[in-house]
Amino acid sequence: MNLFALFRRRESAPVARERLQVLLAHERAVVGGSDLVAVLQEEILTAIAKHVAVDRDKVQVKLDRGDPISTLEIDIEVPTLMRAAVAGHG
Amino acid sequence: MAQVVVVTSGKGGVGKTTSTAALGAALAQGGENVVVVDFDVGLRNLDLVMGAERRVVFDLVNVVQGDAKLHQALIRDKRLEKLALLPASQTRDKDALTSEGVARVISELREKFDWILCDSPAGIERGATLAMRHADVAVVVTNAEVSSVRDSDRIIGLLDSKTEKAERGQRISKHLLLTRYDTARATRGEMLKTEDVLEILSIPLLGIIPESQEVLRASNVGAPVTLASPTSSPARAYAEAARRLKGEQIRVSVPAERSGFFGKLFGRRAVA
Repeated sequence: MNLFALFRRRESAPVARERLQVLLAHERAVVGGSDLVAVLQEEILTAIAKHVAVDRDKVQVKLDRGDPISTLEIDIEVPTLMRAAVAGHG
Repeated sequence: MAQVVVVTSGKGGVGKTTSTAALGAALAQGGENVVVVDFDVGLRNLDLVMGAERRVVFDLVNVVQGDAKLHQALIRDKRLEKLALLPASQTRDKDALTSEGVARVISELREKFDWILCDSPAGIERGATLAMRHADVAVVVTNAEVSSVRDSDRIIGLLDSKTEKAERGQRISKHLLLTRYDTARATRGEMLKTEDVLEILSIPLLGIIPESQEVLRASNVGAPVTLASPTSSPARAYAEAARRLKGEQIRVSVPAERSGFFGKLFGRRAVA
């Protein structure tokens, strides 16, 4: 719209910098490729499966790596009257 | 005491081979006895960048497997008598290198040379881990671009865990070589700045090599850029980086193109 906006639009380097900082903070935490999300998903499912029948195809795992917090969201469809959503933060 | 240097990056195409050739030649120009070793088995290119592609008889794999003696495989540079090349094999694959064989060749090279520069293949597979295995020093070649910085971070992690030094509980000394740098774009905020990359990777800076047409020209004619056009900005940057590698304290600057400030003002005329 104005010259200033045009100038700002070109400044993509700060975006690159921030994306890298967030990403690498996470990648450095996961040493040697141990897959924390897979482990968490498995253990949470096992815990729930003790009490209710769970269809493994109906599990949705979402992860949003952020700064300062990340969210891990695990949606599990439970085939009874109750529906459960397990969400963890950290 | 010989120094084994691995030139590595994770990502391909950032300038490992160019940098190996240029740093090797710069060290030899400074009177050091240097060998550059191509670890990119199957995709060798250091011979081409050095202009020795027609003189390759035996290679690293032949020496590792005992089919040839080291001195038979080493190619002396025709321009610099203190510079030698140990080429990679073009027909074999990376599995042809054994850990013990590489260890033996490196220790033999340590007796003959002051500097052993190992040009690592891209990636984090066997070839790359073998190239860094025996290093005392690592030169991490990085472009000011997100994928290159991420891969360099990964490589730094490997240098701190998979090298002989790391396994003995020692620290391998790591240096950042920022290549293909465009000061104008970084100033305009279009490219990550040197400080950004340094802050993210947290390793000391060995040098900043400006993006330059001279690098392609040098590889076209088969000469390290420090030999092909010694006064060009990338050549001067590599020469200074080589001196820092030897331990000299020189302030890091981005060498400008020869045209300089006035050249830029009257760019068209300067070229004509």
